[in-house]
Amino acid sequence: MSEWPLYEVFVRGKRGLNHVHVGSLHAADDAMALHNARDVYTRRNEGVSIWVVRADAIAASSPDEKDPLFAPAGDKVYRHPTFYSIPDDVPHM
Amino acid sequence: MTATVTDHDNAYADLLGSDDAHWAFGHLPEIQQGEDPLAGVDTTVPAGLDPAGLAAYCLFLGDDALVMSHRLSEWCSNAPDLEDDIALANIALDLLGQARLLLSRAAAADPSVVPALPEGSPVPAEDALAFFREARDFRNVRLVEVPHGDFGHLVARLLLFATARLAAFERLTAHADPVLSAIAAKGVKELAYHRDYAARWFVTLAQGTDESRRRLLAGLTEVWPLQAELVATYDVAAETGVVLDEVLAAAGVDRPAVGPMSGHGHTEALSRMLAEMQVVARAHPLGTW
Repeated sequence: MSEWPLYEVFVRGKRGLNHVHVGSLHAADDAMALHNARDVYTRRNEGVSIWVVRADAIAASSPDEKDPLFAPAGDKVYRHPTFYSIPDDVPHM
Repeated sequence: MTATVTDHDNAYADLLGSDDAHWAFGHLPEIQQGEDPLAGVDTTVPAGLDPAGLAAYCLFLGDDALVMSHRLSEWCSNAPDLEDDIALANIALDLLGQARLLLSRAAAADPSVVPALPEGSPVPAEDALAFFREARDFRNVRLVEVPHGDFGHLVARLLLFATARLAAFERLTAHADPVLSAIAAKGVKELAYHRDYAARWFVTLAQGTDESRRRLLAGLTEVWPLQAELVATYDVAAETGVVLDEVLAAAGVDRPAVGPMSGHGHTEALSRMLAEMQVVARAHPLGTW
């Protein structure tokens, strides 16, 4: 059997606001990938929504580019909103 | 103030939340491992229902689920790929859950159906029914007991089974016994997925390669003679026919030109299957699991 394409699986939990990457699987097409994701990654009642995407459709940054991409942000502490005092009655912070 | 903690080592950490209520279903309580699945449920048989008849009906429904579950579990590690291996195990566990509830319901409605065990045996009624009855006392249809063949055979059998059982459970949600109707309401969601799983694979194999189609048709021809007993027992010939015709049309497959298998009672495959399924429990009738 020639190998089925690899899919990456994202699941949104009951309380979650966004889909979280949980793993990958093989499937012949998108519909099968969704069903396989249900069977493999939501067995313990984790999810209310599933996204699947073919792994080869994801453009990823290369580890070689790590420094040019991310190092410049390292010393820009003023970009964090940590210099404000948060009032006690502001929720979800 | 609530701190947002993200555990990057465990992708599931954010998914589960801390609310355990999501494990509950219907108005039945959640089942703990090893606990009576009907603990806390009022199992009084409503006036106007015959307890023995209700017990017999639940036994037949429970035995079908138990035997089909065991046949599916034999696929563990043998499915074509990891994803379907897990899918089949999920389906087997759904059916095992149905079997537990139904056998417990049968025992509660009419305790005389439960086989006698040695004095002091801690074996619960559902286990006594599953592990200490002979093949001749099982009420299941023959479709679920025949040995498993290849994946094409599995898909054909599961499609026939899930289609008939789903139609029956949809009707049972209105049953006069509130326990049985709650069990059916829970099962409908499970069976809808089982039927969908089987139907998708049915069309995929039928429209796949010459070899996949050949093997699917061989499997379908093998299980088709057992379909008549299934739909007659569940009394769902009309509903089942509509759904099957839809799937067969999508797959470009004709109904096999084979008649129903004659006779009734069990094939010899059931006693062999039960021998394996029951051997450990029977060796330790006083055992605690």
